[in-house]
Amino acid sequence: MAQQTSLASKTSSEVVLLRPSRGWIPLNLHELWVFRELIYFLTWRDIKVRYKQTVLGAAWAILQPLINMVVLSFIFGNLAKLSTDNIPRPIFTFTALLPWGLFSKALADAGRSMLANRSMITKVYFPRLIIPLSSVLGGLVDFVIQFAILLGMMLYYRITPTSALWSLPFFVLLSLATAFGFGLWLSALNVLYRDVGYILPFLTQIWMLVTPVAYSAKVVPAEYQFLYALNPMVGVVEGFRWALLGARPPDALTLAVSTVISVIVLISGMYYFRRMERTFADMV
Amino acid sequence: MGDIAIRVENLGKKYRIGVQNDDYPTLRDAITQAALYPFRVLRYGIPSQHETIWALRNISFEVKHGEVLGVIGRNGAGKSTLLKILSRVTEPSEGYAEIYGRVGSLLEVGTGFHPELTGRENIYLNGAILGMKRAEIQKKFEEIVEFSGIEKFIDTPVKRYSSGMYLRLAFAVAAHLEPQILVVDEVLAVGDAEFQRKCLGKMSEVANEGRTVLFVSHNMSAILRLTQETIVLEGGKMLMRAPSNQAVDFYLSSGLSQSGEKRWQKEDILAESYPFRPLAMRIRNPQGKVVETVRSTEPIEVEVEYELESPINGLRVGIYLINTHGETIFTSFDTDDGEMYEKYSVRQAGHYVSRCIIPADLLNDGRYILGLNASVYRLKRYFHEPNALNFTVDSTGAPGKQWFEVRQGFIRPRLNWQIERDAYAVEQA
Repeated sequence: MAQQTSLASKTSSEVVLLRPSRGWIPLNLHELWVFRELIYFLTWRDIKVRYKQTVLGAAWAILQPLINMVVLSFIFGNLAKLSTDNIPRPIFTFTALLPWGLFSKALADAGRSMLANRSMITKVYFPRLIIPLSSVLGGLVDFVIQFAILLGMMLYYRITPTSALWSLPFFVLLSLATAFGFGLWLSALNVLYRDVGYILPFLTQIWMLVTPVAYSAKVVPAEYQFLYALNPMVGVVEGFRWALLGARPPDALTLAVSTVISVIVLISGMYYFRRMERTFADMV
Repeated sequence: MGDIAIRVENLGKKYRIGVQNDDYPTLRDAITQAALYPFRVLRYGIPSQHETIWALRNISFEVKHGEVLGVIGRNGAGKSTLLKILSRVTEPSEGYAEIYGRVGSLLEVGTGFHPELTGRENIYLNGAILGMKRAEIQKKFEEIVEFSGIEKFIDTPVKRYSSGMYLRLAFAVAAHLEPQILVVDEVLAVGDAEFQRKCLGKMSEVANEGRTVLFVSHNMSAILRLTQETIVLEGGKMLMRAPSNQAVDFYLSSGLSQSGEKRWQKEDILAESYPFRPLAMRIRNPQGKVVETVRSTEPIEVEVEYELESPINGLRVGIYLINTHGETIFTSFDTDDGEMYEKYSVRQAGHYVSRCIIPADLLNDGRYILGLNASVYRLKRYFHEPNALNFTVDSTGAPGKQWFEVRQGFIRPRLNWQIERDAYAVEQA
């Protein structure tokens, strides 16, 4: 009996109207809050499965940027001999690889997420935005592990973080927002066009070259700086080096442009995703 | 709160069926097509819209709170599309539906199960996907585990589970969902008899609790047992809504459950079958209609159509009947009979139909698979297709249907029982 009354009380509050939608649909972000536990569980699943499936497990999160660091330091330091503003090259590179790794992984995972979860999408209702969102968040654990390594390296090189450390969360957020924004576009496009999946690795590769991961943004000639700032990851990477290693601060204009671009991509991505959402279940 | 749980008004769903050369459109094609578009318009004019089909059209009905409504129709009739719209997986193309209350859908058990995760982890994940809160799952955790009967393996990754264990766990989670409105599709089509009994028990429990259930099934006896009213869909349209026994009877006798036919194209057949060439295999009801569902109380006609491109000595064409557990119920050949064997010692080239009748009151309800074999004893197997055709036997009206129980056994014969009362013995007692 008790069960029946509780069910009855749930009923009165919820009326759902299902009808064809046209054009641009409101984002309904409050629904994401209602489904927050699902975001948590899906993020948790992605992390858990990743660590269970790979032989190296969590060690992979450490090895990958370390190997990258060694290779990039060698190529850009010993062969190309690009300046690092007097910061030891390994830590100069590793500090940039942290946000870059977070971003590129989030972007790739989010881009593939809709197809990877197609069995859920065709069977159960939930706000679809949750899928790319939880794949973006899944990368945070790797990031935290790598951050611990970075702290160890800073001890080794006797580098104390600057007073600008407070700004670090902002740069983390900026890279996540950028990844989520582009990830939304790519994941929706990937449902529509399957070859987006092949473009993704290529895209991240090019993107890394136009981001100052292995070199300093200073090497880019002044007349191209504005163009360069259109890549939000430039501000993020420069910001990380500034906050942690005391490199020269990122140009305020660069940061402003990066943030604006990132916000535009994020909002347009959400609207595009919502617009495409109604056809996802029929197309994946 | 009103009386109505679901109101569907003029609902329709349109799918685009483009001219599909490739499996999926690619961005590359889209870009080249967009680039070439102006030229194409100049040459051929503005292209016509994609071809569309209506998977569902003009559907209107209401379901009251506490009502259990069945939905039947053959494959492609629009049942799944209807449930997908009502469970918000996909949007309607026209019309609307109003849903009063929280909807839980069981479009397939085990949605989102991950093989690498343990049973325990999957319960939480699956519960969250189905819309349960974490606290709710925690509260019911013990109950779910107990219902699934896999306590010992709860911390084992589900990839090590047998398919039966997997299903039991998946259904256990779904069964503990407590939505006001439950949408169920074919969960009973899988699993062993024991599991199906458990599912049916849970379903009737849900129905008796006063929750609203929309139940799609091919299992007519489950429809009859669990639902009061049923709608019949065909080709995306609603043919009728009636008390379930009438609807089921209409469905079974109208031959709507068609598709009981397998055809072979020339390219399907291996060269080693020569000179035997199967053309088609069909199931017919006593009215001569090709059907997918037959009643156990009626004889079933099986026919095999084939061609011989040159004569074969001692050819026999026959069928295997297999149940869904893979057990062979019987094997029978067209020249089993001594007289037929003599008569067809040499089968000349030509077009043939071999036909037989499976008598009424023989098969139990369930799905069956028919295999086809054409061979010469001990010499050569020309053709062998173990899974040529499948069909459903419905036991409506069969002996013992007054009891709503699952009858054990492969067959369901109508036996001629006599009950004799020994008057003398009673006097003695």
